Amino acid sequence: MMDLRTFADVKAKLTNGSSLVDIVQVYLGKIQENQDLNAFLEVFETSALEQAKRIDQKRAEGKAGRLTGMVIGLKDNICFKDHKISASSKILEGFTSLYSATAVERLLAEDAIIIGRLNCDEFAMGSSNENSAFGPVKNPLNKDLVPGGSSGGSAAAVASGMCTAALGSDTGGSIRQPASFTGTFGSKPTYGRISRYGLIAYASSFDQIGPFTNSLEDNALLMEIMAGKDEMDSTSSSKPVDDYSSLVPVGKNTIAVIEDCLNHTGIAADVKAKMDETIEALKEAGHTIKMVRFPYLDYMVPAYYVLTTAEASSNLSRFDGVHFGHRSMEAQGVEQTYKKSRSEGFGPEVQRRIMAGTFVLSQGYYDAYYTKAQKVRAVLKNKTDEILKSADFILMPTTPSSAFAIGGVSDPIQMYLQDIFTVHANLTGNPAISLPIGKDKKGLPFGVQIMARNFEEKAMFNFSQSILELRANSIQPLSKNN
Amino acid sequence: MKITDEVIEHIAHLARLEFEGDKKVTIKEDMERIISFIEKLQELDTENVEPLIFMSDEVNVLREDVAVDTLTQEQALSNAPKKDSDYFRIPKVLG
Repeated sequence: MMDLRTFADVKAKLTNGSSLVDIVQVYLGKIQENQDLNAFLEVFETSALEQAKRIDQKRAEGKAGRLTGMVIGLKDNICFKDHKISASSKILEGFTSLYSATAVERLLAEDAIIIGRLNCDEFAMGSSNENSAFGPVKNPLNKDLVPGGSSGGSAAAVASGMCTAALGSDTGGSIRQPASFTGTFGSKPTYGRISRYGLIAYASSFDQIGPFTNSLEDNALLMEIMAGKDEMDSTSSSKPVDDYSSLVPVGKNTIAVIEDCLNHTGIAADVKAKMDETIEALKEAGHTIKMVRFPYLDYMVPAYYVLTTAEASSNLSRFDGVHFGHRSMEAQGVEQTYKKSRSEGFGPEVQRRIMAGTFVLSQGYYDAYYTKAQKVRAVLKNKTDEILKSADFILMPTTPSSAFAIGGVSDPIQMYLQDIFTVHANLTGNPAISLPIGKDKKGLPFGVQIMARNFEEKAMFNFSQSILELRANSIQPLSKNN
Repeated sequence: MKITDEVIEHIAHLARLEFEGDKKVTIKEDMERIISFIEKLQELDTENVEPLIFMSDEVNVLREDVAVDTLTQEQALSNAPKKDSDYFRIPKVLG
């Protein structure tokens, strides 16, 4: 059966007379075939088919929305009313959402179909999807490898054609890094561009929802539909939303390239070579490349770690075993209920981060670590703003290498350093996207990352289109027969 | 930085977590490594830099203070591990 990798593939099939129920059946078949990837925690078969029937009716009446035919998987930390959600944690096993995330509501309002919930690192804490309480996700391109994390299930599902698109959340690279490892498109908007209402919070001043897709057009379209002010999230921006999906060609741009990233010791030779090649191609196409220094690379992950763990320790205090979630059967009294329920319910990485976050916020250490990291964040933001005053975009690798082996990175700090190029955009709030740019000698994909000025998503998508056109000859389409 | 058992116990209590036996040894080692990792921040000169606290440009996001029923009592109780018809239930507090 024909693969439905993009919205254009789905639309072509609908034009040829297929119903939405047929479309959903194709994806259900794909999900069945790819069960060994462990990408889906639950398939919403009944409700997806009901949605399909209802939207088929609307199509017949000529009333269907802009996302008719788009079949979407949700990372298991994004709420969908009357469906289960667990953040891939034992502590939330069996929890049912009482409302839908605003991002999901907006997709549903345009007649998208939600097909299931996707595995991820527990509470989105991880870079390999090995921290899920429900087992690791395998990379569809090579099942011995990780798909990246924390939105690993979302990336794997899109890369293997189990849905047209998936939502993820990005706190330090959790969309862009798995997109790089699976050859998909993954973007995070400017902080505040998409409402966080209904996203299970990890680090509230970093978290953003964003899409995974197999095409740039689909990515821009989903971002456009999800973006915008929401009264349920007071940090959501009231700035008007542009038409990202028009993808109009751009003129000549100035692109900053951070030398410190290119010269980073951890960067793989193939990734470096592809970056150099891309830079040359951009120059040839008439763009201006500006090499800049950003001498803060070694401070980014530590600053990210202090601030996100601090916010996580506060956000995760709501899991107390009383109002919802796991309660220890052994506990006697209220304090034991808290301690035993949390110690039994949270996995090791989540407990490690709660401890680190509690430590940096505790009396005597608050100024030395937490306030210090906020000051470092200010330094990083000021420098980034300065670079983006004289350049339209910053270009860098998404990841230092292609996907690594399952079990290949066991040291927690080495794992945190996987995010070295992606945490930047979350620390400063800028929008960023990972585009599949090439493959290494092992045939594994990796991405290039574009960061834009705040709220310049439209320019970011347009420039992404320019890069894809430049690279059209060298980007091999990923195998459709995985 | 050397982390003592007392520090681990204090932080674990604040976080309402428990670490015993091997788990306590492991978290102690992890915390020591994590703290030396974040110690890197001290190298950067941040004299006269104001901490960045708010990432959103929105100021004074206000709304009318109107009472709205967003959830029924039944819905609010629906995910509770233990409840009766009206309340969340917790283990006995007073002897």
